[in-house]
Amino acid sequence: MSAPHVAVRNVHIEIRGLTKTYKSKTGSVPSLKPIDLDIDKGEFVAIVGPSGCGKSTLLKLVAGLLPATSGTIRIGGANVKEPIDDIGIVFQSPVLLPWRTVRDNIMLQIQMRGRRAADYEEAVARLLKTAGLEGFEHRFPWELSGGMQQRAAICRALVHDPSVLLMDEPFGALDAMTRERMNAELQRIWYATKKTVLLITHSIPEAVFLADRVVVMSSRPGSVEAIYDIDLPRPRDLSIMGDPRFVRYTQDIRKHFFAQGELDH
Amino acid sequence: MWILRSVKSIAGSDAIRPVLLMLIILVAWDLCVRIFRIPPYLIPAPTYVVYELVNQWPMLLRETLPTLYATLGGFALSALVGIPLAMLIASSRTIESYLYPILVFSQSIPKIAVAPLFVVWFGFGIFPKVISAFLLGVFPVVVATVLGLKSIDKDMLDLARSMRAGPLRTFLRVRLPSALPSIFGGLKVSITLAVVGAVVGEFVGSNSGLGYVLQVANGNFDLPLMFAALFILSMMGVVLFMLLDFAEHLLIPWHASRRDEFAGQT
Ligand SMILES: Nc1ncnc2c1ncn2[C@@H]1O[C@H](COP(=O)(O)OP(=O)(O)OP(=O)(O)O)[C@@H](O)[C@H]1O
Ligand SMILES: [Mg+2]
Repeated sequence: MSAPHVAVRNVHIEIRGLTKTYKSKTGSVPSLKPIDLDIDKGEFVAIVGPSGCGKSTLLKLVAGLLPATSGTIRIGGANVKEPIDDIGIVFQSPVLLPWRTVRDNIMLQIQMRGRRAADYEEAVARLLKTAGLEGFEHRFPWELSGGMQQRAAICRALVHDPSVLLMDEPFGALDAMTRERMNAELQRIWYATKKTVLLITHSIPEAVFLADRVVVMSSRPGSVEAIYDIDLPRPRDLSIMGDPRFVRYTQDIRKHFFAQGELDH
Repeated sequence: MWILRSVKSIAGSDAIRPVLLMLIILVAWDLCVRIFRIPPYLIPAPTYVVYELVNQWPMLLRETLPTLYATLGGFALSALVGIPLAMLIASSRTIESYLYPILVFSQSIPKIAVAPLFVVWFGFGIFPKVISAFLLGVFPVVVATVLGLKSIDKDMLDLARSMRAGPLRTFLRVRLPSALPSIFGGLKVSITLAVVGAVVGEFVGSNSGLGYVLQVANGNFDLPLMFAALFILSMMGVVLFMLLDFAEHLLIPWHASRRDEFAGQT
């Protein structure tokens, strides 16, 4: 575990003794051992871990989409029991509705919440610009590339201006080049919006490039094995991946996976 | 040379192809009847059938309408009952385990065997025919709609939940539209079966409709009339099917099977 922070922290997401055991017909599957984690306001935290260690489970618990078996999650001081207003989620697949245009897909967030679409026209336009989707707002998702679809999904997660952004391997389906470009863009979006971000990823370079802290999880049932403070200057551009400190971080983190005998990428 | 090419270009148009095939079949049919000297009381030559169609047209048209009404009534009932029933089944496993087996059970009862019962219950009017068309048409609607409502992506539902939308809003904005392609698949099967159902109803207890014409023609060994009635029935099925296809085209232009034309328009 990392050394306790000395500076005064402004904890935004507080996870205490969180466990999850899935109950199914064939028996119970313990997926998370007690997890404790604090995430500061405006912090970018990335989680890496072997496949099936419970990363998605953790994200869904934080999102309030799954009930915890024990332990608590607090966001902004309030207990999370069901989805709260202040969160935006991006899944591994873009899950855009094929009958809605890019703009209307982003607006879904607003309409489903019963808010007035007219109040958010400006926010949509701004986000489309930030995400480099200008000129595509009236296209349908299936007319877009995978990377563009995922960017639209990120816009949808941000349009109601939540303070927390949760992402579950948002770039998992993209090729390496597109993925790096998306990383750079995500950093820019984060920089512009100052959200608290929890990003789950299989890619160690992606985690180091984007995050303030990288949380390494052990294999199932998952628990926090180590936390790395990534002390690299911001804003980072892709050339930082050649920096010796960057390489050091990725090597250190990768060692955990060798020790566990599992490596996905 | 240019004849060949122009034949090719005519055959290349989508609307022409089925007509072309029909013509080929008709010619082959006519040839077979002539070459093998098949007597008209076994298989009439197409010319006879056409002659009968033209000759008896006013009567045939008059008898087509009751069948059409019964078909449309049965189909409408299938949609109005089938879709909500499917929503009910898809909404809860408990309801599904009660309803689905009974539905399958009732579907396996031969309609032709119970149709006389409807006449006893409802008399000779249009009602027993509608019921008969409904009984045949409702099952595919239910099965397809249940499938469509259940095949929705788990992440999509999580997303809807994360947006804190109530069940109604989720249903209208996400579940129903994503089930529409499936629902239309069921409706298309349903409309053709509704035609069959209406005719079955007319067979057992009616004095009007194409089913009645078929039965009378059958009794008199009037094969040309019988074939003419069959032809009209099939055309009715085709036209109704095409109307549904067109409605589908308007309602779900985004579906994968139609994207080419759709993207081309915008
Ligand atoms: N609905 C469920 N019912 C039962 N067990 C489940 C369910 N969802 C996940 N699990 C189990 O919990 C464990 C953690 O799953 P989870 O999806 O959180 O893993 P993950 O870390 O996200 O994996 P990946 O990196 O492959 O996405 C897995 O071993 C899985 O078998
Ligand atoms: Mg996962």
